Amino acid sequence: MSQTFRRPEGGRIKRNKPVAFRFDGRALTGYEGDTLASALLANGVHLVGRSFKYHRPRGILTAGAEEPNALVTVSRDAARSTPNLRATQVEIYEGMTAESQNRWPSLAFDASAVNDLLSPIFVSGFYYKTFMWPAKFWTSVYEPRIRAAAGLGKAPELPDPDRYQSRFAHCDVLVIGAGPAGLAAALAAMESGARVILCDEQAEMGGSLLSDPDVTIEGQSGRQWSTDVIMALALSDRVTCLTRTTAFGYFADNFVALAERITDHMATPPASSPRERLWQVRAKQVVIATGALERPLVFPENDRPGILFADAARTYLNRYGVMAGRKTVVATACDSAYLAALDLHRAGVEVPAILDIRREGGALTAAARAAGIRVETGATVTGTRGRLRVASVEFGHVQADGSVRHDAVLPCDSLLMSGGWTPTLHMFSQSRGKLRYEEVTGRYLPGRSAEHERSAGACNGTMALGAVLDEGYAAGENAARAAGLATRGTKTFAVAGATTPDGQVLGALPHDRNPGRVKAFVDFQHDVTAKDIKLAVREGFRSIEHVKRYTTTGMATDQGKTSNMNALAIAAGALDKPIPAVGLTTFRMPYTPTTFGIFANTSRGDLFDPVRRTSTHDWAAAAGAEFENVGMWKRAWYFPRQGESMHAAVDRECRTVRAAVGIFDASTLGKIEVVGPDAAEFMHRIYVNPFLKLEVGRCRYGIMCRDDGFVYDDGVVGRIAADRFHVTTTTGGAPRVLSHMEDYLQTEWTDLKVWLTSTTEQWAVIAVQGPKAREAIAPLIEGIDLSKAAMPHMSVRMGTILGVPCRLFRMSFTGELGFEINVPAAYGKAIWEAVHARVVALGGCPYGTEAMHVLRAEKGYIIVGQDTDGTVTPDEAGVGWAVGKSKPDFVGKRGLARADLLKPGRTQLVGLATVDPKVVLEEGAQITPDADPAPRTHAIGHVTSAYHSAVLGRSIALAMVERGRSRLGETLHVPMPGGAIAVTVVDPVFYDKEGGRLDP
Amino acid sequence: MLLITCPICGPRPEIEFRNMGEAHIARPTPEGTSDDDMAAFLYLRSNPKGLIAERWRHVHGCARFFNAVRHTVTDKFVTVYEVGAPKPDLAALAADLAADLAAREAGR
Repeated sequence: MSQTFRRPEGGRIKRNKPVAFRFDGRALTGYEGDTLASALLANGVHLVGRSFKYHRPRGILTAGAEEPNALVTVSRDAARSTPNLRATQVEIYEGMTAESQNRWPSLAFDASAVNDLLSPIFVSGFYYKTFMWPAKFWTSVYEPRIRAAAGLGKAPELPDPDRYQSRFAHCDVLVIGAGPAGLAAALAAMESGARVILCDEQAEMGGSLLSDPDVTIEGQSGRQWSTDVIMALALSDRVTCLTRTTAFGYFADNFVALAERITDHMATPPASSPRERLWQVRAKQVVIATGALERPLVFPENDRPGILFADAARTYLNRYGVMAGRKTVVATACDSAYLAALDLHRAGVEVPAILDIRREGGALTAAARAAGIRVETGATVTGTRGRLRVASVEFGHVQADGSVRHDAVLPCDSLLMSGGWTPTLHMFSQSRGKLRYEEVTGRYLPGRSAEHERSAGACNGTMALGAVLDEGYAAGENAARAAGLATRGTKTFAVAGATTPDGQVLGALPHDRNPGRVKAFVDFQHDVTAKDIKLAVREGFRSIEHVKRYTTTGMATDQGKTSNMNALAIAAGALDKPIPAVGLTTFRMPYTPTTFGIFANTSRGDLFDPVRRTSTHDWAAAAGAEFENVGMWKRAWYFPRQGESMHAAVDRECRTVRAAVGIFDASTLGKIEVVGPDAAEFMHRIYVNPFLKLEVGRCRYGIMCRDDGFVYDDGVVGRIAADRFHVTTTTGGAPRVLSHMEDYLQTEWTDLKVWLTSTTEQWAVIAVQGPKAREAIAPLIEGIDLSKAAMPHMSVRMGTILGVPCRLFRMSFTGELGFEINVPAAYGKAIWEAVHARVVALGGCPYGTEAMHVLRAEKGYIIVGQDTDGTVTPDEAGVGWAVGKSKPDFVGKRGLARADLLKPGRTQLVGLATVDPKVVLEEGAQITPDADPAPRTHAIGHVTSAYHSAVLGRSIALAMVERGRSRLGETLHVPMPGGAIAVTVVDPVFYDKEGGRLDP
Repeated sequence: MLLITCPICGPRPEIEFRNMGEAHIARPTPEGTSDDDMAAFLYLRSNPKGLIAERWRHVHGCARFFNAVRHTVTDKFVTVYEVGAPKPDLAALAADLAADLAAREAGR
């Protein structure tokens, strides 16, 4: 018979909608509205997992986000499998498949449970003490085996097929948590007309009111009051209500990240829906109403299945109609556990005893006795029995000297415990608010704020329901007012039937057992016991941050939600210091584990990183080009013909350019239009070159330095008009060059009237290079005299090409006669195809970036960023001639004059010719005077560029070498793993030294 | 993510901006500047714990440079002002902040 622990009535589940699901292969049923935990408990299943280190049987401990034990893997298919989910938060759906974790071969019989018997050796720091040597065993033997033995669930190996979305949102008031305080806050904010976002991690709003059958608010039952408020909020067009939405991160200036789970609870998610949505909320004001979490009692063997938090059991009973057992002992230090005992008693569950550690009992002790429940005050649990589920509880009374006298054994099938409540400070602490310790109640509470937020309700230490509602409403009112809205003032709620959960205990409880042998768990998920923490202190750890890392307490996926305060109290006790003197560990995002999918969001596959393509990209791809990535650009690398290797293709492309003509897409070069009455003065100051006297229609190769005098960028600049320059930059340098120019224009030379515009993507640039370049383009160009006399080297003309307006540059990056045709990018492909046809008719071909690199290196033309590295002056790069010596100032002038830059011995650009012409050097390789340098010998330079030159029939290289220009003819060495390579220092211009080919 | 107030566009998220280093470091003229002064201009920055005047650029917005005073511990922006405006009195601003903090402490 199924669901034998389900009460015949009660709870908020939909009893007319049964749901079939599987847990570890076993077919079970629950109801719509159940969590996996409540449905398992309804079927009498407590054993749901094995512990992390000792593989001890573990059961469901809580009813919420803090669950440390009941971690499960939920799978829809091989790719949709999510490990380490808290069964207390997973909503069941028809056909759900859930599996327990960290057990082999089965949950009931786990072979690794032998670890529990070996536990005397698994003490704090066991791994650090044991797996010391041999060191190489750590990665190959120890770590893989430890990871296999102590594990969580398995991540799926297939790519995630689901979609995730992101949304930015702004509001006046964000309310985190929709329990009584959050609902009252949202109500107040709504009544002021504020734009409100209210989020709650659960499927249903209402928080603690959902599990409390007794309270009335404003004359209505608590549940009815919350239903009405939620309805009013949902109907307001200024309020966004988000359920199943966890506020997991609180960042600077009220930027809060929410994870909304949209489809995980659905049996058949609609294909149109994303699985999760990331909300990036910027709130003017925030109300934190995150409630409080119950703590366990730290007594021996407090971890058996069937032992759970008292308030969790009350939630299972009142919200899900589920009994945690039929014979339930209650151990407590707090009044709230009495409520659970009384509700269970009323529901017909046998309650053999309430064991209250407090000598005088609490506010409800008399009521419990009046109801016929045995209450033992000053009593504590000293041990439990039962292999896969608790079967009996041993208890004793605490004596005046602090010792415990054993009293009796109580048979049972479940044990509830409550050590009191810990305010949920995660959001406040993440916002950098400062915590304060309240001595009287032994709690950390929100102190000084760092952001525009306020806490209300249990997370602020306020536990009485009436006060919680009043404080929540006041917080919402205060937040709306701070956001600039007119409000109606505060409000007082009439509340009846509420019990304030007073009383708590921190740290380990006394017992009569051998303290060296019993396990009283503090951190259930990481299997940390009270004696582990004491051992860490004995071994010399003083800071709670060190104790935490040594024992791993609080470092599991639950981040110590249920354990941190007990661990702190035990450490403080062992150190004999007050709790605030030991300190609290840092709260970090995310509040609960969050999927990678929601972070990656749409940035996957093609959308991972933007790709920039030129207008000829598709043409080049169709022509069989291989591409290389240059920044975000895809550039045609080379154009192999059928069966041609890269080497052969590049050789052919280089030979063709030198012998006939080649066509090359140079569109990726950065382009900046510099315009204005002071444009020439600006260029004169920002470049090292003189620009004032550059004639309209002429070009200049410009070198740009920073103020430190080091080469920053280079490119050809054409003067289009007296007040207009067409500037080109390196492909990768375009954004930073524009920023550099804007910086000087906006902050240094505010007197100059100049306007800068990036035109990189507006122009397509087609380079035509080679002895037949003029012949290739001439029939297509109109309005420009291309003759040598009319259009000399380094000139620019405006005209049209096939009717399309163009800026035609005569320039060369190959050492051959060359033109660069700039046309509006939309015409790039059409013009390219027309020019390409001409080039091919003349025996030419397209060439890619690799051939471009070889051709320029043959001429000794540098590439900034490859041959220079941010520590090279123009002179050292071989372009010192560009520096305008007579200019009074330019960016870099004073920097270049620094004594250290004028010292002899700095590196200079040279060519290197390998003695063996077939050997191509490796770029970046070091250069030494000796073939076999002694260890720690100082390298005198490095190779910056190296290629095979087809036209020269040998390898060539450029290098930066100390005093390089004084070493021409010297033999140096490039030490490599296979032996040193001998090289001769030569002039960096390898081909056509006289430059005759440039201007035939 | 910080919310930064551009003097021209108003409050905008941090990702629209770029930090451009410490402000009010005057660029020396080529003549009459010693190597040490040049090195200080190029490389030496104050790196305080507390308030610092910085250059920022609203690069993905109006693209304008502006100056701001930011607290290096809390990351809070205290004030923003346009290029060319005089450097605020950081000591006075720090005193204001301390007084504000003391008032809030007393108020709770």
